Amino acid sequence: MKALSQKRRHPLAALALLVLGLMLTGGLYAVVTTVNEAKADTTTFTAQQVDEGEKLFVANCATCHGIGASGTDAGPSLAGVGAAAVDFQVGTGRMPLQMQGPQALQKPKQFTTDQTREMAAYVATLGDGPALPEEQSLDGGGNATVGGELFRVNCAMCHNAAAAGGALTRGKFAPSLAGVANNHIYEAMVTGPQNMPVFNDANITPDGKRDIITFLNTIENQPAPGGAKLGSLGPVSEGLFLWTAVLGVIIGFTIWLTSRTS
Amino acid sequence: MGAWLTMSAATETPFEPSTSTGRITNFVDERVGGSGMLREFGRKVFPDHWSFMFGEVALYSLVILILSGTFLTFFFDPSMAETHYNGPYVPLKGMEMSVAYDSSLRISFEVRGGLFMRQVHHWSALLFVAAVSVHMLRVFFTGAFRKPRELNWVVGGVLLILSMAAGFTGYSLPDDLLSGNGLRIIDGVVKSIPVVGTYISFFLFGGEFPGTAIIGRLYMMHIMLVPALILLMVAIHLFMVVIHKHTQYPGPGRNDRNVVGYPLGPVYAAKAGGFFFIVFGIIAFISALFQINPIWNYGPYDPSPVSAGTQPDWYIGWVDGALRLMPGWLFNIPMEWEIPFPWGVNTLSFNVLAPALIPAGIVFTLLFAYPWIERWVTRDNREHHVLDRPRNAPTRTAIGVAGVIFYCVMWAAASSDLIATHFQVSLNDVTYWLRALFFVGPIVGFIVTKRVALALQRKDREIALHGRETGRIVRLPHGEFQEIHAQLDDYKRYKLVGYESPLPEEGIPNKNGIVTKQENLRSKLSSFFFEDRVAPAAPSELEAGHHHEAIESSEDNKAITH
Repeated sequence: MKALSQKRRHPLAALALLVLGLMLTGGLYAVVTTVNEAKADTTTFTAQQVDEGEKLFVANCATCHGIGASGTDAGPSLAGVGAAAVDFQVGTGRMPLQMQGPQALQKPKQFTTDQTREMAAYVATLGDGPALPEEQSLDGGGNATVGGELFRVNCAMCHNAAAAGGALTRGKFAPSLAGVANNHIYEAMVTGPQNMPVFNDANITPDGKRDIITFLNTIENQPAPGGAKLGSLGPVSEGLFLWTAVLGVIIGFTIWLTSRTS
Repeated sequence: MGAWLTMSAATETPFEPSTSTGRITNFVDERVGGSGMLREFGRKVFPDHWSFMFGEVALYSLVILILSGTFLTFFFDPSMAETHYNGPYVPLKGMEMSVAYDSSLRISFEVRGGLFMRQVHHWSALLFVAAVSVHMLRVFFTGAFRKPRELNWVVGGVLLILSMAAGFTGYSLPDDLLSGNGLRIIDGVVKSIPVVGTYISFFLFGGEFPGTAIIGRLYMMHIMLVPALILLMVAIHLFMVVIHKHTQYPGPGRNDRNVVGYPLGPVYAAKAGGFFFIVFGIIAFISALFQINPIWNYGPYDPSPVSAGTQPDWYIGWVDGALRLMPGWLFNIPMEWEIPFPWGVNTLSFNVLAPALIPAGIVFTLLFAYPWIERWVTRDNREHHVLDRPRNAPTRTAIGVAGVIFYCVMWAAASSDLIATHFQVSLNDVTYWLRALFFVGPIVGFIVTKRVALALQRKDREIALHGRETGRIVRLPHGEFQEIHAQLDDYKRYKLVGYESPLPEEGIPNKNGIVTKQENLRSKLSSFFFEDRVAPAAPSELEAGHHHEAIESSEDNKAITH
């Protein structure tokens, strides 16, 4: 301690302090960014899968995304989108795209799970990107309360508090999340398909994502305690129901009551 | 009103009832004069028509609201103190929330029958405001607001506003995310009022939004002030109905000096009493089977999240829609102005202030003033107890439809996002179309309605004069083909000819012989109202029409052909 206090007025002390500060900042930055870093997880794919995936890609996707997935005017480059993006887009039937429009629509999927995996394997080799989610994040065994709060803060403004979906500008929309598979929910969060923002692991941790999936599973599976849900769309469907069905029945009764028997 | 008291006192025949029930009844009757009241009210005559029953629906919904609302007050705690949820609803377990939301959840999931009662309360609230609105539309389109019922029309308008206030204060009480978003909009509107807005907002919320006071304050308004005012207005409303007697649709034997219908007792009272249970039954049925306001879906209020598809209940929707339609920028002109004052720069958020106040201002001003506007234009100071069929007052009907369209465009705008997602159209296009319709819709609606009304009147006139087409074609001896027309019976014909069709009036000079500017305006409005008219078939025309079919042109008829 004495040595340190003696040397604190040394001409090089300021320089040493600066170096120390820079290293600390840089080190912290490196730690923080590695949390954010896209990690390609090619280890789970075999070379044969990659080869098969490339064949499928050339036959089905290269028209728009270009040979080697380098992108054309009709479709973006896929370098760095990761296996998760392929699994989401192809696995939910959004890709191959039926036609250009405000956003890709969900439709019956065109490829088997194995074929989707093979294409994902191929695209994952093109550059680092989000990998397929770990199984333990998808088990729906997280905390639904925390997930609910995360969902309301991060997702509800587009997807609606009850996950019934909502409108975006110019024909784009956030779809309803009912019936969406857990792995697709997870992949959507890490890849940000269409107009969705990316929720990376620094934004919402894998545990947080697991909680959100738990919350969505819970509200999807719970019975409606109040009766028919009327689409979970809130006051609009309630008002519409009242003005059509309820008022219609009441008018029927008023006509019956005031009709003469003669 | 005191007649029965003096009457029962005057007839001093000692009456000794033989049964105990009779003795009890007589005891009460001698002290409160119940039989006289029963005689007075039991003989009140009500005309029978289904469209006269919406007021009753509103009244019965109000009774159901009070009953179910009382049940809810037993369990609701309007406190904004923080607590942690510990009930059976899993996705909120351990969540931090206000006591108000916690007790709303307890009513929904733990109190026996609580969710059912909550749904009864909410559904009957929606039905109450809807019934009030439909009732007012019926009164408007049939001209029932005319003398002597102008003041009762105003009381009805006040009831509409009060029912909206009751609805909104109640909607905010559970302190869930949806209702909190609604309160945030109210806060924004209040703050957009120049100079005093911020002060009012701080006064209302007891500090910065959301504060810790608002739920308790709204609760007091919701269960005390607003219902008390509603009950007072309902009492005045019904009292005036008794004074004025009920209106009736035109028909043989009906005029402005009589009422044709059933007496209240016993048939009508039985029907009305039964109808209460029908309304109650319908509400109970839908409350048991259809979910309304699932507050557990929305989570506790927190100022940061806003859910997609956030809408108010239907009766506030039109104001929300106006806010959605208002552009923030009009071409290159911002609608939010910063005005430099000597004490600093003040902001005028016209983009919030205008849509929140102007459309509602227009609707309610016209609604309250309309009986007097029409009275001034027509100089009609007679009492009207016979209603107009809407087609027989084409301009009034057209004005009403224009108003309904104006309202409905804003109403639709409140659900613009759901229109976009469910009909797969662009949200922007929905907004642009509705903005155009906001201005064009009422005008088109006015023109189309007026033409339809006039056309229906012409059809009525045609049928009155020439009878109904039978579809039977006969060939006359000289070769001409003719369709046989069957004449209507007198009762049916009365409906087609028994109406008034005023003529447009020139301005009347005052005592100095000058037609004032005001009179000129009145004359212009008079021709706006009555220029296009179809005169009811006169008895002489009917006579002529029966004898030979080819009557086409008379003086009155010319007015309708252009």
